[in-house]
Amino acid sequence: MAATTLDIALWRGDAAGGAFQRYRVPAAQRQTVLDVVTWVQRHVDSGLSYRFACRVGMCGTCAMTVNGKPRWTCRTLVDAAAKDGRLEIAPLANLPVVKDLACDMTAFFDKWRRAEGRFRPAPGLGGDFAVVPPESAARRQAEAGIECIGCAVCYSACDVAAWNSDYLGPAALNRAWTLHNDVRDGAGAARLKAVAGDAGCHSCHSHQSCREHCPKHLNPTASIAGLKRATAWAALKGEI
Amino acid sequence: MSAAATHSRWPARGHAGFWAFAVHRVSGVALALFLPAHFWALGQAIQGEAALDGFLSWAERPSVRAAEVALVVLLAAHLAGGLRLLAIELLPWSDRQKTILALAAGFTLTAGLAFLLNLR
Amino acid sequence: MRAETGLWIAQRASAAVLALCVLVHLLTIVYAVQGGLTAAEILGRTRGSWGWAAFYGVFVLAVAVHAPIGLRAVMRETLGWRGKSLEAAVAASGLCLAVLGWRAVAGLFA
Repeated sequence: MAATTLDIALWRGDAAGGAFQRYRVPAAQRQTVLDVVTWVQRHVDSGLSYRFACRVGMCGTCAMTVNGKPRWTCRTLVDAAAKDGRLEIAPLANLPVVKDLACDMTAFFDKWRRAEGRFRPAPGLGGDFAVVPPESAARRQAEAGIECIGCAVCYSACDVAAWNSDYLGPAALNRAWTLHNDVRDGAGAARLKAVAGDAGCHSCHSHQSCREHCPKHLNPTASIAGLKRATAWAALKGEI
Repeated sequence: MSAAATHSRWPARGHAGFWAFAVHRVSGVALALFLPAHFWALGQAIQGEAALDGFLSWAERPSVRAAEVALVVLLAAHLAGGLRLLAIELLPWSDRQKTILALAAGFTLTAGLAFLLNLR
Repeated sequence: MRAETGLWIAQRASAAVLALCVLVHLLTIVYAVQGGLTAAEILGRTRGSWGWAAFYGVFVLAVAVHAPIGLRAVMRETLGWRGKSLEAAVAASGLCLAVLGWRAVAGLFA
């Protein structure tokens, strides 16, 4: 028997602190966690702050901590996440809170930049169509990590990110790995150098919390392992 | 300032990979702390056979024996867990992570039992 | 080479050496404890054995590299200890382990 009302605890507060507040929300069929948050905002407190855009698992903006685990709320059914009709919804961990359920994502995306997580066209690119053989090893490696939506679920799940606020994190390193395997990209050693620093790929201890929680079922642990090998070889060859 | 102090922490732990890490870290720290004592004890041999025998008879106390069993288990766990980490980092990814963990746990148990059952 | 990369390589290379050493060590332990340990039995195996001394000499070296790098990560992550004082402590602990370990090997060999 499904409960007719849900017992919802939403974290309310800002950077200075806050606490959970309880709400009763009517249960509905195939209701998502995001639906629950939206119901509270529309019917109880229009001042509730949270973030979402596409509602179909593409934009990566609606991630929150649901019953202790980071999840994309728009594609998480209440039935799958709730325990006895109870949900505890908090902002993502490892990022500063702006207000209520909305985190400041600045540090998260700054780290993509610091990890050289942007495409750097190789010299001479654009003269003709680039040929990227779909079956090549490099393309397969890139393919495995390329569907990241930047939701920061992995970053929020990561113990190393919690211990070391400088750690580049699973998402930025995964992005660097896909670019490293892009034959059209020319950053090469510069990117490897960027991810081999004090809080780079070698800080990862392969807990695999990122892989465990990635809503797109990507495997940042494997991508980071690839970067560890690539940077080590580059270092031994004197390239970085 | 961060969210850490204000709402539920321990993000996303409690899965096999995290526990494997916890065992690896605890066993590593314990072994590192034990090593100087181990080296010191073996260094007794410098003062001759009698000194080493004196240490060995002290080590026959049940509490020391129990600690020895624990150390063998920790060493085996750190070895098996370490091989698992080397495989993750240096070999192509395997989706059989839980099987690998089970093998590591099995090896640890086997080593511990092999020591315990041969101990006198 | 960046410091973290060098430490990672040293940590994994020493781990690979240790994997073999620890396996041999565990087998030796299980074999040696059968029937109880005596100093005469241990020293009978180790005194004057160059193969034994070389094996454990390498074992000690690998440990002296591996353990301090591992402890360094624990210090940084759990205690928040960073910087030059930590690096000095890590190097010193490696040196201490090597000296203590080789002293023990020498004691059992000679």
